[in-house]
Amino acid sequence: MMYTADTPMADTPMIDVDAITVDYNGFVALRDATLRIPRGTICALVGMNGAGKSTLFKAMMGFVAPSSGRVLIEGATVAAAQRAGRLAYMPQAEEVDWAFPVSVHDVVMMGRYGFMNILRTPRKRDREIVAGSLERVGMAEFSARQIGELSGGQRKRAFLARALAQEAGLMLLDEPFAGIDAKTEEAMIALLRELRDEGRTMVVCTHDLASVASFCDEVALLNRTVLAYGPIATTFTPENIARAYGGIFNHLVFAQAGGMDLATEAHVGHGERAPEPTHAGGR
Amino acid sequence: MLETLWHWVVDPFQFEFMVKALGVGVLIGAVCAVLSCFVTLKGWSLMGDALAHAVLPGVAIAYLVGAPFVIGAFISGMAAVLLIGWTSARTRLRADAAIGIVFTAFFGLGLVLVSVMPRMAEWVSARFGYLPPLLDIRKVLFGNLLGVADADLIQTAIVGGGALLLALLFRRDLLLFCFDPNHARAIGLNTRWLYGLLLSLLALTIVAALQTIGIVLVVAMLIAPGAIGSLLTDRFDRMLLLATGASVVSCVAGIYASYYLVASTGGCIVFIQALLFMVALALAPRRGLLAQFINRRAQHNAGIIRARRADTQEG
Repeated sequence: MMYTADTPMADTPMIDVDAITVDYNGFVALRDATLRIPRGTICALVGMNGAGKSTLFKAMMGFVAPSSGRVLIEGATVAAAQRAGRLAYMPQAEEVDWAFPVSVHDVVMMGRYGFMNILRTPRKRDREIVAGSLERVGMAEFSARQIGELSGGQRKRAFLARALAQEAGLMLLDEPFAGIDAKTEEAMIALLRELRDEGRTMVVCTHDLASVASFCDEVALLNRTVLAYGPIATTFTPENIARAYGGIFNHLVFAQAGGMDLATEAHVGHGERAPEPTHAGGR
Repeated sequence: MLETLWHWVVDPFQFEFMVKALGVGVLIGAVCAVLSCFVTLKGWSLMGDALAHAVLPGVAIAYLVGAPFVIGAFISGMAAVLLIGWTSARTRLRADAAIGIVFTAFFGLGLVLVSVMPRMAEWVSARFGYLPPLLDIRKVLFGNLLGVADADLIQTAIVGGGALLLALLFRRDLLLFCFDPNHARAIGLNTRWLYGLLLSLLALTIVAALQTIGIVLVVAMLIAPGAIGSLLTDRFDRMLLLATGASVVSCVAGIYASYYLVASTGGCIVFIQALLFMVALALAPRRGLLAQFINRRAQHNAGIIRARRADTQEG
């Protein structure tokens, strides 16, 4: 693979998910999942609702402890990576309370808290990094806005700026393209690629199969375990996608699963760009 | 006229108890206001009410054994919180049901303890030669700032002042914890510690406000200021200032009203606070009812103008 050749510590993956099993009080959400994502890679996590995408995500972020197996980030435990600020996370739009009395600037500054003293007093360097991150995502002019006064795309960019301000090597993005228009999506993809070329690693949890092939390097297809993992060209095949979504001959069920996603998206008011599993499944 | 007003304001100061009451009232107003900002943002209103009720058995036992009431109240409140956490983790009950069943149990136990206290006091005094002071249940339920003993005032001031200081020092971490606990965890902050800190500060604030406002109404002090603040601004630091202003003004005005009307201090404070809330609700810029009405009106008119313009152009 091209991205392992020239970096130091090239043999240590950015994130090493080693045979983890996660169960919630006896319900196994994820069994024996293994992924080794090299640095400088964009990897998509793809699968139906309940396939274990968010469980895998939570295990990578250290929010759930696997009952067996382990997760290492640059060879260190997740807790150590958290303390070192190597792990940035961009939440789904639904997880955020948009009425909260914080400005875009406040949110991005929260990305710096890990580097500040116990009272979180920002220093000059913190302010500069926040300003630079806002500039980079094109949100500098909205820095004083309360977060609820932003459009769907601007909201995503504000949280992306927070991840940038953290200067983390690993970024976990949960549904980064839900509820944004095609133009904003393009701009965000261009930015994510730039970040990838700088050596950052991104793991993207997504329902948007159409965009996976266009901007990810690798894909992991999930259905309560990792069904297939590897470069897009060899792994993101119609056969594998069909396996992840419950069989190629089962188009009816497939369409229903897609329809349910649509309903969820519409319910939370971010349905401008609906996922298109049927389209991708047909490829 | 001015002189009358002057006398009206200053006269109460000749009584030492009023000076003390106003001092403690300002402190309680401030600490409740700061905590109320976190409580309203985190959605912990019910938790605040629960904690307030759950302190009763601790207060009763503290009186009985001659310990400072703040310690008994704090321990009792925290025990209830732990039990609430355990109940919702081990059962299929939703959080509000778990909170409801635990705090009413504590409150019930507290009422029982208070009602058998005279007999228990006799027993204690016969056995240990120490006669516990009697606990007036009305004082605990409804508060009475104008008649609080000096020792209790000192306890209140220490606990309230400490909670205020800690809440202000750690406000950024607490705000992050309320806003996005996942991010807090992802950058390595100890969210369990922050949870414990916010809960402890809430318990301390309630304990401090207990003798002023009383168990029944203290929850109002932990919601209304934050609610007023969030109506008036969408910046957290400004929200803290506005909430504190509204709360301190209500406390001072409430104490005066209570003095002149010879009425319940807690009742006066909480009612004045509710009046301030209604004023804010009506007049707040942008989010207030009046602003919303004007805004809708303007949009409606703009729509009519656009429609007319389109008509003339077509015609």
